[in-house]
Amino acid sequence: MTENGAVSDTQRADQFRRLHPLTPVLRGWKVFAAAVALGAQQAYGRDTPIGWLLLAVAASIPIGVVYGFVSWRTTRYRIDSEDLRLDTGVLFRRSRQVRLDRLQAVDVVRPLVARALGLAELRLEVAGGSSAEAPLAYLSEPAAQRLRAELLARAAGLHHETPEAPESVLVKVPLRRLVEGQVRSVGLIAAIVVLVALIAVAATTGQWSVLGVFVLPALFGIVPALVRTVIVHFDFTVAESPDGLRLRHGLLETRAQTVPPGRVQAVRLVQPLLWRSRDWYRLDVNVAGYAGDGQSQTSVLLPVATRDEAFAVLRRVLPDVDLGAVATYGVPGRARWVDPVSWTGNAAGADDKVFVARRGRLRRETDVVPHERVQSVRLTQGPIQRRLSLATVHVDTSPGPVHPTAHHRDAADARALLDAEVTLARRSRAGARPDRWMRPPERPAGPTVAR
Amino acid sequence: MSEPFDPPGQPWVRVSPRLATLRRLLLLALGVPVAAAAAVLVGLLHRSLGLAVGIVALAGLAWGFVVLGRRVRSWGYAERDDDLLVTRGVLNRQLVVVPYGRMQYVDVTAGPLDRRFGLATVQLHTAAAATDAQIPGLVPAEAARLRDRLAARGEARSAGL
Repeated sequence: MTENGAVSDTQRADQFRRLHPLTPVLRGWKVFAAAVALGAQQAYGRDTPIGWLLLAVAASIPIGVVYGFVSWRTTRYRIDSEDLRLDTGVLFRRSRQVRLDRLQAVDVVRPLVARALGLAELRLEVAGGSSAEAPLAYLSEPAAQRLRAELLARAAGLHHETPEAPESVLVKVPLRRLVEGQVRSVGLIAAIVVLVALIAVAATTGQWSVLGVFVLPALFGIVPALVRTVIVHFDFTVAESPDGLRLRHGLLETRAQTVPPGRVQAVRLVQPLLWRSRDWYRLDVNVAGYAGDGQSQTSVLLPVATRDEAFAVLRRVLPDVDLGAVATYGVPGRARWVDPVSWTGNAAGADDKVFVARRGRLRRETDVVPHERVQSVRLTQGPIQRRLSLATVHVDTSPGPVHPTAHHRDAADARALLDAEVTLARRSRAGARPDRWMRPPERPAGPTVAR
Repeated sequence: MSEPFDPPGQPWVRVSPRLATLRRLLLLALGVPVAAAAAVLVGLLHRSLGLAVGIVALAGLAWGFVVLGRRVRSWGYAERDDDLLVTRGVLNRQLVVVPYGRMQYVDVTAGPLDRRFGLATVQLHTAAAATDAQIPGLVPAEAARLRDRLAARGEARSAGL
């Protein structure tokens, strides 16, 4: 295998491309900084002469440089009409082929240091992987943009020199709304109430030490999460192009995601309790390649949006779907015995395009999954549900934050819902759009391709 | 009272009762020594208490014996034109419908004890991790037939993701 591979490699070597030469520097500086920090920590307070430490660090530099250079030399990639090939590894060589028609998403990620050097990482997401299948780190920014356009054009079935598709911005999330959305969380409000109560207690009793015991851990638990969300979703922009939806966000590390049409497996519309007066929503999605690795960053389609914005994006993701027109049916009153608070919010239904499940009373969630994306359908019933003649219907899609579930329905009704979903999913699978979304389908396709 | 889990117009194919035998033997092999040890240890401290522990443990084993039989009898599957249905469970019941076109791969597994008892497990995988479609306690010939048939139908009805 190696012999043949070597021969064909040399023949087509001119088509192989390399990563940016600064890649080893960017990859190496973290290790170097960590080594220095560790060394300094070890040496601190001991009588190890600082000279030895410097010597050790100095000795590690050439080794690191040589390894980085060899690693860069041995990493190369090639794109042809069907797939991307990526060869990596110094000691253990690995050659990976990624089928472009199975591409689920393409992300351009720019960590802070890479931005300073004008570099970017290109991540190709393919279904079934726990992390990005073929990360190309690092490329120069223009190269990353060009490559992204080329990959998407090839994946769509167009000529690879097709110019980058034009885009129109759909939504830009203002910073003020992003911050306010985070502040309007029940957890934060509760924490502030507790804090005020504790200060009152401390002031009356004079026992100020309670503050340190209770408040600091609470602050360390809540505040970083809020700040992190704001940093990650900073300047969140959703744009539309024939390539698919383009999401751009981030303050320190910026991320530009491209999700081609038809790659969204399921969508969730969330409205936390304190967003209701503003009529704001969050949109989460299941995209096959995004499961696992950094899912909380990549699976957000809109962090905070007004109703109009949320529905505008929803229409782009699920064309021909009018969420308001899908009739959903609630659950019988006896469901209160298993779900005392939110049973009134539970509802489910379907039209000929999508399955919709609503739940929650205080925090409202609506899960939407197109029938053609349904992987399997399950009916479950626990002992208490059985006594009450209730059952739950689960619609399984590719892994992600959205699990469309119709909780605690009347048992006979649940079975009817299951059977209906199976039939609807079968019909829409037959008319599904082709993987290469710009190329005319090889067989006559059904009405779902209309857009 | 069990309408929601009724078979889909064709009867469930049940799994081999040998699965119940195997699981019961495992229960006895693990449970009897543990029960005996507990009874003897407590009996050394207090005789009548040891007797009580022994009786409770025996009752527990007998109950497990019955439950295992019911659980194995609850497994069933049905092959339809476009999908496979699998049902299971006594206390927590489940019915899963997996379209052939959604299958990514099929596993047939058999451990050493399974092989001695002439049993095998068939498991279907889709792109959804939540899909829970496994059928234990199949005769190897039936497991192989099912695997080939599922693979053939999956090929014919394949859809992307």
